[in-house]
Amino acid sequence: MPQRAADRSADPVTDDQPGAAPAAALSTGGSSAGDGSRPVAGLGTRLARLLDALWRPALLLAALFAGWWFVAEREYMPNYLVPTPGQVWETMTEDWSFLMRNTYVTLYETVLGFVLAALLGLGTAILIVYSRTMEKAVYPVVLFAQVIPKIAIAPLLVAWFGVGLTPKIVLAVLIAFFPVVISGVAGLRSTDPELLDLSATMGAGPWKTFRKIRFPNALPHLMSGLKVAVTLAVVGAVVGEFVGAEEGLGYVLLVANGNLDAALLFADLFLMSLIGIVLFAVVEIAEALLIPWHASRRGGVPLATS
Amino acid sequence: MSTATPTLTDAAVDITDLTVRFESKRSRTTAVTNVSLRAEPGEFVTIVGPSGCGKSTLLKVVAGLVPPTGGAVSLLGRAVRRPQQDIGFVFQRPALLEWRSVRKNILLQAEMRGLDRSAAARRADELIELTGLTGFEKALPHELSGGMQQRVALCRALLHQPPVLLMDEPFGALDALTREQLNTELNRIWRDTGTTVLLVTHSIAEAVFLGTRVEVMSPRPGRIVRTFPVDIPPERDYAQVMSDERFDRLATQIRGLLGAGANH
Repeated sequence: MPQRAADRSADPVTDDQPGAAPAAALSTGGSSAGDGSRPVAGLGTRLARLLDALWRPALLLAALFAGWWFVAEREYMPNYLVPTPGQVWETMTEDWSFLMRNTYVTLYETVLGFVLAALLGLGTAILIVYSRTMEKAVYPVVLFAQVIPKIAIAPLLVAWFGVGLTPKIVLAVLIAFFPVVISGVAGLRSTDPELLDLSATMGAGPWKTFRKIRFPNALPHLMSGLKVAVTLAVVGAVVGEFVGAEEGLGYVLLVANGNLDAALLFADLFLMSLIGIVLFAVVEIAEALLIPWHASRRGGVPLATS
Repeated sequence: MSTATPTLTDAAVDITDLTVRFESKRSRTTAVTNVSLRAEPGEFVTIVGPSGCGKSTLLKVVAGLVPPTGGAVSLLGRAVRRPQQDIGFVFQRPALLEWRSVRKNILLQAEMRGLDRSAAARRADELIELTGLTGFEKALPHELSGGMQQRVALCRALLHQPPVLLMDEPFGALDALTREQLNTELNRIWRDTGTTVLLVTHSIAEAVFLGTRVEVMSPRPGRIVRTFPVDIPPERDYAQVMSDERFDRLATQIRGLLGAGANH
């Protein structure tokens, strides 16, 4: 983005003078690397950037919304199939506490499933990377588990664990587990072999090498995997609710469908998507906090490129 | 800190009849064969040879990262059997941790070794000043030029005051001007610290400018074909050395040797 590049490269330090360059960078202050501070854009600039990023998708969404409104209001499609935005809004406000209670259930299943999948997935990735035996034993099984259609085993899980929260959480874990393992393995394997050599000559043990080199190095990969996993976890929880449940957004969806209550169905769909979006945003924010140094997260140009 | 107390008779690095072979299912390559090399404490030995002649392997064997197939290697009088800690290692690529600032990258050495924090911090500040990185302590690696990144790698390798510094084509990826500058700085740092340096390069000029002794290697399988003592005083100025006729003579001889040994 041109304007970003412009305010970050206020004083590009491109030469290699040992004494002169740092001094020059310091004296121009502000956005040099010298004081380590990133150039902080003013609130106005940041707002402008946010608007710049948002107006296109916002316009598209507004157009879609207008189209929906038009079709529903004019009843080109019957309202029991496509409700008007007004009807959806009405249902949303009237059934607010009912919808919130069920949203909470699905959110709970999703978050718990995601967290468990993240922990189990990372653990499995570590086993695979550190042990040849485990790699040979575990990797094919993980792959095999992935190709089983999870939706197909949902009834089995309900039969095993009943209609409570457990089968939904298990399903969310099963669906979200795979991307975590794959990204974790890729991340842990991406360590520069020279860094591992270096670590050996520093006399560091495997735990220290993991903590200070391998794990932080794996974070960018891992975060991508977690972003995929969190959206999949929602799918897992909802599918679990489809098969057998007494509460949750998936259950509400079935009920609404059975009653041809399109307004409730739409309201329910909005809330499901909202869960996905909010959770994705949370992981995205975690990523921004954890790996601000990574290339994927920095907009500016390097201070010195030569 | 390093536990090494080399006695007067111990060489810093002593390699006798070293052979290294790599075997995989499909192939068997001899990287180096019958190499003998001795570096006395405080010496600056440069090893020059064509690409792929096993120079890097030689350094890795000294560091204990690659086991020898035959022959013996000792560091500061002790046989090398596992990764050595009395060394500093600089690679061709800086191999910095991109999430750590310059200062914290240098201090990695201390953290991994569990050295005293405040002493390490003082030493890091000294090295930052010595290598002209002052003002960039908090910068992240991607904000620095290649030359500056390599300076950080050098500081990291020197933090624990290693008696032996191993450098594997440390300036190979840099432009000529930066390279000259860093050569001059390395010469000064070597004189200041008194550390023994083993530096691998494919630049004849660099080998002669930096070395108190130049070892010339043949193409793979690498052997040492000849040793040239460099009788230019240790304190060296780039322009002066380049126009020195002793430099010219040595460089020409080495070039002739490498040209004759090469297969292309």
